[in-house]
Amino acid sequence: MHKVYTDIIQIAGDVITVEAEGVGYMDIAEVITRHGSSMAQVIRLDEKRVSLQVFAGSRGISTRDKVRFLGHPMRIASGDDLMGRIFNGSGVPLDKGPLLTDNIIDIGGPPVNPTKRIIPDKMVRTGIPMIDVFNSLVESQKLPIFSIAGEPYNELLARIAIQAEVDVIILGGMGLKHDDYLFFRDTLEEHGALSRSIFFIHTASNPTVECLLVPDISLAVAEEAALRGKRVLVLLTDMTNFSDALKEVSITMEQVPSNRGYPGDLYSQLAARYEKAVDFDTAGSITILAATTMPGDDVTHPVPDNTGYITEGQFYLKGGVIEPFGSLSRLKQQVNGKTRDDHRTIMDTMIQLFASYRETVEKQSMGFQMSSWDRKLLKYGKLFEKNMMSLEVNIPLEEALDSGWEILAECFTPEETGVKKSMIEKHWRGK
Amino acid sequence: MTGKRKGYITKISGNMVSARFDTFVVQNEVVYIIHGGERLKSEVIRVRGKNAEMQVFESTGGLKVGQEVELTGELLSVELGPGLLGQIFDGLQNPLPQLAEKCGFFLKRGVYLEALPDDARWEFTPSAKKGDKLRAGEKLGHVTEKIFKHYIMVPFNLRGMLEVVSVAKKEKYDLKEPIARLKDENGSQHDAFLQQTWPVKIPIEAYSEKLKPSTPLVTKMRLMDSLFPVARGGTYCIPGPFGAGKTVLQQLTSRHAEADIVIIAACGERAGEVVETLKTFPELTDPKTGKPLSDRTVIICNTSSMPVAARESSVYTAVTIAEYYRQMGLNVLLLADSTSRWAQAMREMSGRLEEIPGEEAFPAYLESRIASFYERAGVVKLHDGSTGSVTIGGTISPAGGNFEEPVTQATLKVVGAFHGLSRERSDARRYPAIDPLISWSKYKSFINIDQVGKAHSILRESNNILQMMKVIGEEGTSLANYIIYLKGEFFDFVYLQQNAFDEVDEATTDERQSYIFDFIYRILDSEFEFDNKEGALHFFQKIRQEFRGWNSAQWRSPAFTKIEKDISSLVEGAVKKKEKANA
Repeated sequence: MHKVYTDIIQIAGDVITVEAEGVGYMDIAEVITRHGSSMAQVIRLDEKRVSLQVFAGSRGISTRDKVRFLGHPMRIASGDDLMGRIFNGSGVPLDKGPLLTDNIIDIGGPPVNPTKRIIPDKMVRTGIPMIDVFNSLVESQKLPIFSIAGEPYNELLARIAIQAEVDVIILGGMGLKHDDYLFFRDTLEEHGALSRSIFFIHTASNPTVECLLVPDISLAVAEEAALRGKRVLVLLTDMTNFSDALKEVSITMEQVPSNRGYPGDLYSQLAARYEKAVDFDTAGSITILAATTMPGDDVTHPVPDNTGYITEGQFYLKGGVIEPFGSLSRLKQQVNGKTRDDHRTIMDTMIQLFASYRETVEKQSMGFQMSSWDRKLLKYGKLFEKNMMSLEVNIPLEEALDSGWEILAECFTPEETGVKKSMIEKHWRGK
Repeated sequence: MTGKRKGYITKISGNMVSARFDTFVVQNEVVYIIHGGERLKSEVIRVRGKNAEMQVFESTGGLKVGQEVELTGELLSVELGPGLLGQIFDGLQNPLPQLAEKCGFFLKRGVYLEALPDDARWEFTPSAKKGDKLRAGEKLGHVTEKIFKHYIMVPFNLRGMLEVVSVAKKEKYDLKEPIARLKDENGSQHDAFLQQTWPVKIPIEAYSEKLKPSTPLVTKMRLMDSLFPVARGGTYCIPGPFGAGKTVLQQLTSRHAEADIVIIAACGERAGEVVETLKTFPELTDPKTGKPLSDRTVIICNTSSMPVAARESSVYTAVTIAEYYRQMGLNVLLLADSTSRWAQAMREMSGRLEEIPGEEAFPAYLESRIASFYERAGVVKLHDGSTGSVTIGGTISPAGGNFEEPVTQATLKVVGAFHGLSRERSDARRYPAIDPLISWSKYKSFINIDQVGKAHSILRESNNILQMMKVIGEEGTSLANYIIYLKGEFFDFVYLQQNAFDEVDEATTDERQSYIFDFIYRILDSEFEFDNKEGALHFFQKIRQEFRGWNSAQWRSPAFTKIEKDISSLVEGAVKKKEKANA
């Protein structure tokens, strides 16, 4: 049935070209070498010449090796059997469990009809005040964490995952350090979340291009679960590695790069993945949290830049805390009016005062004199950093709002906060 | 045409497919790729010898070399006729709600539906008579669509003078029944229907002349209307980094702008934003007509995960529908969000064609494509003497928020107004984040030009003083300069900034804008004297707070009048002091 071809006429980078007929674009093939076999995907057809990207890399491939076309696009098993399982970037089990063959689905399926989406309105509680109070996460949101390498973004993802009330957690690791992979596994296990998790892990030691499949596999499995009514949280870390793999392949294919070597379709490629985040009309939802490391803390770098245009906000992780400035949840307005009547007031007031605190700190560092108002702000800023910003803090939203009022009362008189009278009367905790 | 012209696929790369033909090929004709039971739409974009390259408007996964393709001889076209208003189409004019009914959650490739339902019947009222001599675009009669008289016109593709041979009587017809018969100068006869088709990439030019845009298009955004106005039939662009509020600005404009019809082209942006528009518009009322906003809106949506090639067709589809309604003497506003995504689609295709790249790998023809798109805007005088207009506003998403990139630069050359959004303003929560220091407009505002000039100069001076203060501190700044700085800040806070979450403040009519601007102008023009900087700061903070309340008070309500009095007396108090000092 599946014809085997042995005419490999070109090997360049991780792309091989073989002469073959009747091959479908984007179809999957198996490349069999004496070192084992690898999956490969058709990325260009030109008459008889078929170019394939080899996920395990081209090292050791001989021009006499066999290529077997499977006649279908990349597929993956789906369903509840995957829960608690760990796979590699091509969907092969890493956990000594059985190979799954039920409910096979194509990856990279068609986009959702916009009219079948609904306006998201359910908040995802994380226990992190900088998120819950200031930039609420909303079910079906797509949100990256922007940070430089070395920031605790994986810790943050893991924390949100164990606290979020979702049915399924899917972790797509791309270029993940082995330690980080173990960290995710152990943390989720410790908190009893491993049984509702599915891992697709590509570690830094695996060939780079293999990570290209991770987002598609993760999201295809997520989509299948969401259509069954499940609420799914997908964690993708790190999307910069994914983009770099795209860059590598496009350069090998001699495509004209657009910006710092990245292909011109980087935006469309990233959007095709992030746009899988959805709240289905009459079914479940997919929420996507991703990590995007920014080389040199530069938000104008093509990867964070294109990501920012696609996602619904971003969390900016810097110095081990979520920065209130630069972080944004575009969907927060959909939910923070319905939590508690003082939510928006606390959010606006505390951020404005914190901005003033930052200005005062700047003034202080330049040697300007501190007024009594400046001293109040300095006290406020310290308390805010300790009781709100620190990632050590783990409290529900309501407690965080209460804590906000306490901080305000400790530092200011009601008038100084600029809060509306009616709010003050209801919530002020002063003497 | 006798017998179908056919060819075979030779090459596939992304959404570009090459095919070999043994017959003639028309540039830009629509070609269907036959893949099992699926027929995938594509468009010829380059012909070389017996080979032609096509951009495919669908995913190309699974296609094979050697598969058959079918040429149609027709250019990519849209259906024009009653029933467009209130619709939600994809970039190829497929109605999305009907597609959802048929295919469920996902956009199945190769499924194309009629843009306008065949079974709908419309009551046609004739106005042309037998024997009338008419040109293309002249009226044969009308049907009623929502609140509009939807004129049925002589098909745009007919040339010369046409004699009306017969006109149908007042009755209900469907879109495919002829309602008139026309005879051209050569004596051949043509039928006219309620519906006609038109190729999207060719402008409709069935009018007598194009006029200079001169009437302001009121958007009810003060910053735009007063300082950087847009004219009816004009063009403007909104570049800005992500998160600066481009889309929110477009959404507000689509709700409040004083246009008869608004066409929204969501091109390569987030699906969530379109969902918000299409779920809320049917529930929002148009204050002018009392009808739902969706009744005057057409949404063309090709979001970022939908096929890339269809992004290009989505902006052309949108502008063609806009031109169609303009032909009826209506004022149409087209909002395209974002033109960068369309430019990127061109770049992607150019790369696949292995063309020599220009700057940032954009194709060399980027500028001319952008220019010819914006040139489709304009005010036109129709054959019957009435006028209609198409205004185009496009957002741009420059890489890294840097305006020195090819798409922004190419657009700036051809538009009449530039509303540049800045990260600094949006970080400081100053919305709309249009930066008054870099934006410009070539159109005339309804506000006195000298007063606008004065306001601009105060904003500039105020900013200069602010920059200086950052270095030498507040202590080193003179009181006179400090007051100018405060005036600029005051003007920004109470006039340029607008609260989109306040139901009064979110939209200001031109009448109210003129009134308030005049009032503020007097404050900006007054010379104040204060004892010290603290006194000055206190004064401006106080009137600023009062103004906030004034902005959210209904026009001419008792609260409005009261606050106005309070502010006036505050201002008088501060000015009088100075006169006394002089005396």
